[in-house]
Amino acid sequence: MNAVAQMASDDILVVRGLDKVYPGGFQALKDIDLAIRRGEIFALLGPNGAGKTTLISIICGIVNLGAGSIEVDGHDIVRDWRASRSLVGLVPQELKTDAFETVWNTVRFSRGLFGKAPDDAYIERLLKELSLWDKRDNKMLMLSGGMKRRVMIAKALSHEPRLLFLDEPTAGVDVELRRDMWAMVRRLRESGVTIVLTTHYIEEAEEMADRVGVINKGELIVVEEKAALMHKLGRKQLRLQLHDPLDVVPDALAPHRLELAAGGNELVYNYDTQGERTGITALLADLAAAGVRFRDLSTRQDTLEQIFLQLLKEGA
Amino acid sequence: MNWYGIRAIYRFEMARTGRTLMQSIASPVVSTSLYFVVFGSAIGSRITSVEGVSYAAFIIPGLVMLSLLMQSVSNASFGIYFPKFVGTIYEVHSAPLSFLEIVLGYVGAAATKAVIVGLIILATARVFVDYSIAHPLVMIAFLLLTTITFSLLGFIIGIWADNFEKLQVVPLMVITPLTFLGGSFYSIHMLPPFWQKVTLFNPVVYLISGFRWSFFDLADVSVGISLAATLAFLALCLAAVWWIFRTGYKLKV
Repeated sequence: MNAVAQMASDDILVVRGLDKVYPGGFQALKDIDLAIRRGEIFALLGPNGAGKTTLISIICGIVNLGAGSIEVDGHDIVRDWRASRSLVGLVPQELKTDAFETVWNTVRFSRGLFGKAPDDAYIERLLKELSLWDKRDNKMLMLSGGMKRRVMIAKALSHEPRLLFLDEPTAGVDVELRRDMWAMVRRLRESGVTIVLTTHYIEEAEEMADRVGVINKGELIVVEEKAALMHKLGRKQLRLQLHDPLDVVPDALAPHRLELAAGGNELVYNYDTQGERTGITALLADLAAAGVRFRDLSTRQDTLEQIFLQLLKEGA
Repeated sequence: MNWYGIRAIYRFEMARTGRTLMQSIASPVVSTSLYFVVFGSAIGSRITSVEGVSYAAFIIPGLVMLSLLMQSVSNASFGIYFPKFVGTIYEVHSAPLSFLEIVLGYVGAAATKAVIVGLIILATARVFVDYSIAHPLVMIAFLLLTTITFSLLGFIIGIWADNFEKLQVVPLMVITPLTFLGGSFYSIHMLPPFWQKVTLFNPVVYLISGFRWSFFDLADVSVGISLAATLAFLALCLAAVWWIFRTGYKLKV
């Protein structure tokens, strides 16, 4: 197998040059190129209205494709829609359920829709895994929001998809359930399911994702390994707790662009770990020369959230 | 073909009937019984027969047709409108289902429910009046053609409607008047000549006339024309459904 073919077979989803303009002229997506690797957890981050749900909806067949092409496991979503759709599962952002249907029936219904023969043993296993087995005869309207969310996941998994989209999967769920969901997502990945999740909880992406994509105003700003993104774009901060508070930063320290914090009790120095030099040695030497003494020091790295906000700010 | 998908939609819709037995089955039976009491007994006692058929028996095809049309339209329109309304339609769109398969599931279930109601009404009518069916196969053919055609119409209305008022407006403001004025309770030959001609523009006349012929060998227009008109309306509905899915009208953007 040559390198190109190998690369292609490693990607379960390939999006090329995707544009989407809604009737009325609103351009939701602009020239999106994206490849999702088989077996990874990919987090798609972006503010409200960035185009995340539109992108997912097009891949799933809910919204018409504009320009460009999309392949799911080598199946074009327009020409070979039946094969591509049968590989995809979707947990939508909103809890859209038939209130009067039981958990068991609604999950069974979803499996049938996707052309799979009934398999009660599989549905039973799925419901047990999602802690829904005890609720199987309950009508949807009797379930809590968190339980409904689990049912939505069960419905999306009912036809054993290879690619699962989770659109804001933990929106509005409590911390405990969120942790449960994360554990379940990891188990799914271990079973070979590729997961694309959109989230507002950047902590979630930081916790779960192998790679992160940031989308804003319909444009994919960056796609990067999570660790590399944090390493490349994250800044580090050195905080010095001063022995004696300062009113202003001494002129001798001006080249270091220090900031005063905590009412003059701390000096903050931002540096780039990717830079040739961090400048810390020179800073410490200049501090000693200026007679600024400190009691303690600490370093802190940008979180994914700070990186995300910074990217959005730069893209604005 | 995604047979499991069609079956899933069909069974889901049929299960809804099971949950709403009063509305789906009991209600049409009660209203038909009332029609028999009012028209069959009260008015029928003054009109002994119409073209040789007792009035109470004469109105049976019209009554069945009235229920068939209403049930077909309301079942199919609600069946597709409700998932749109609550948002669960996303699942149907994302499933590997062709437009034809979606229609087969929803329209098939709506037509089945309407046929069941039609047969129950026929059985109920038997309690009130003795009647026989001259051409049972033709009766079945008209029953099926009408329910399928009007279920397709209901499906179109369900897609077009974006609120509950629109969902009700066509059955109440169009289909009910056309059915009442289409010879359900009278022969159009009982009308003055001018209104006889006007009535021929009402498509329901052909449905009722053909259906009545299958019972009593008695028709306002020839059975061939009735059949052709029914098939033409079916073709029109099929074309509209095909256009809706081809363009994604009110379904996809």
